[in-house]
Amino acid sequence: MRLLDERNVMGAMFMLPAAAILILFLAYPLVLGLWLGFTDTKIGGAGRFVGLANFVSLAKDSVFRLSVFNTVLYTVVASVVKFGLGLYLALLLNKSLPFKSLIRAAVLLPFVVPTVLSAIAFWWIYDSQFSIISWVLIKLGWIDRYIDFLGDPWNARWSVIVANIWRGIPFVAITLLAGLQTISSSLYEAATLDGASAWRCFRHVTLPMLAPIIAVVMTFSVLLTFTDFQLIYTLTRGGPINATHLMATLSFQRAITGGELGEGAAIANAMIPFLVAAILFSYFGLQRRRWQQGGRD
Amino acid sequence: MSSSKALSGMAYLDRTPRRLVTLYLPLGLMLVFLLFPFYWMAVTAFKPDAEMYDYEKFNPFLIAHPTLENFRKLFLETDYPAWMTNTVIIAVTSTFISLFSSVCAAYAIERLRYTGSRYFGMAIFLAYLVPPSILFIPLATIVFRLGLFDGDLALIMTYPTFLIPFCTWLLMGYFRTIPYELEECALIDGASRLQILTRITLPLAVPGLISAGIFAFTLSWNEFIYALTFISSSENKTIPVGAITELVNGDVYHWGALMAAALLGSVPVVIFYSFFVEHYVSAMTGAVKE
Repeated sequence: MRLLDERNVMGAMFMLPAAAILILFLAYPLVLGLWLGFTDTKIGGAGRFVGLANFVSLAKDSVFRLSVFNTVLYTVVASVVKFGLGLYLALLLNKSLPFKSLIRAAVLLPFVVPTVLSAIAFWWIYDSQFSIISWVLIKLGWIDRYIDFLGDPWNARWSVIVANIWRGIPFVAITLLAGLQTISSSLYEAATLDGASAWRCFRHVTLPMLAPIIAVVMTFSVLLTFTDFQLIYTLTRGGPINATHLMATLSFQRAITGGELGEGAAIANAMIPFLVAAILFSYFGLQRRRWQQGGRD
Repeated sequence: MSSSKALSGMAYLDRTPRRLVTLYLPLGLMLVFLLFPFYWMAVTAFKPDAEMYDYEKFNPFLIAHPTLENFRKLFLETDYPAWMTNTVIIAVTSTFISLFSSVCAAYAIERLRYTGSRYFGMAIFLAYLVPPSILFIPLATIVFRLGLFDGDLALIMTYPTFLIPFCTWLLMGYFRTIPYELEECALIDGASRLQILTRITLPLAVPGLISAGIFAFTLSWNEFIYALTFISSSENKTIPVGAITELVNGDVYHWGALMAAALLGSVPVVIFYSFFVEHYVSAMTGAVKE
């Protein structure tokens, strides 16, 4: 009994620094944020409990509804393309290559460099008068005037999605590559001897073996894309005419720029159901099966 | 690693022309897509204004007369040196606070196995999934009430909220790979728990510590939304926030200075990263694979 006591006391002492920081600056704000969403708090003033008033007014707010549409579009398109290109890149990098580790290090750069700083480079690439893309396309004779990348609603949406894909591919590719390297080559040899084509090797060996890690990677990827803030804030600040506002940028605009903390918190809270759904979906839909580790299903 | 060797064993079946189309061409295109923004950033940072806005007289992909003018402007006419100092101080301190707290927590969860330690392990993982975009509003009110607003401490205290869950999770995996018997031997020889941690477990977990440290450092260097919300005066800003808020005057974009700021803000993390690529990759993939 004394040993158990001592163990629990020691455990509590060791946990103290981490627990103190996480309770004060993570758990408490999480609860406080949920509460703020039900109040009319403004910057510099105490708020009153207003029940669902914030959510009712948001439901009628066309800008908020547009931001939900943008967020879903942004997340779905960017995640699907990131997964496709990321998996493709991982498969390429898994082949025998000269300068393999150098290439792998270079591939990770977009993930390592601060997002805001690389977004500044994209901002300049997307400039309406000096865009290098427009210039090249004009020289090639494919278009006859400069593209207004960030000034037109749909152009702006696709432009920020491309920038997000650019940033997200390395994470998907490198983690999937790590997963690919754990697949035993004897499985491929056996499949090849049985006459399986390259496609069937991929479909019936690679994909099933990779499924658990795909689930985790894509959960993180969806989570990060859905709650993205930096790219939009740098490239468009939600414009033109709110066409690229995501829920996170709109909540920043309402809460910090506009001072309506309660309303901003309500927008942030509206993201939570989507996030929980994404996590549960990937957890139950693609979780580790026993046969993938050599057991029976 | 053995599998990739065996794969290259079958790769002799691929002939060179075929490899050109199925491997080198798509890989090359992908690399151009991933690296071009950096090239463009670097080229622009060293261009004089006359070249930057004239694509007809000068080839935009090259620099005819490289100049350091943009960097001079950045250092002498803006608060860039202050942003850089702030970013370094904040990244280093929050990394150390997080590493210390995470080592203790991970050791307690994995090795002391106190009552309920499994649930704490789960809680840490869930904390890892909470995105800053839903925390910054309530955190702003807390930071303000604690009197930390507009100071380094606001960020030093809040960055660990996303660093500790990550580092703890990673270190738990590392501690699990260290044989329990080593600790039992030390325990029999009369070592205390603290001695076991500092003399036996930590030295064996050094690769894990490095991985966690590098990842934490780059994450805090890159952080944006808290720094944007909690800091208001120019001289207290970090590089990402300063670059995006202070280098744009209304409609006048100082593209040269902006690119120089972006390049200079990226270089330290890239150098740091290049020394520890393997650790970085193992941190990234290790945290996902668990």
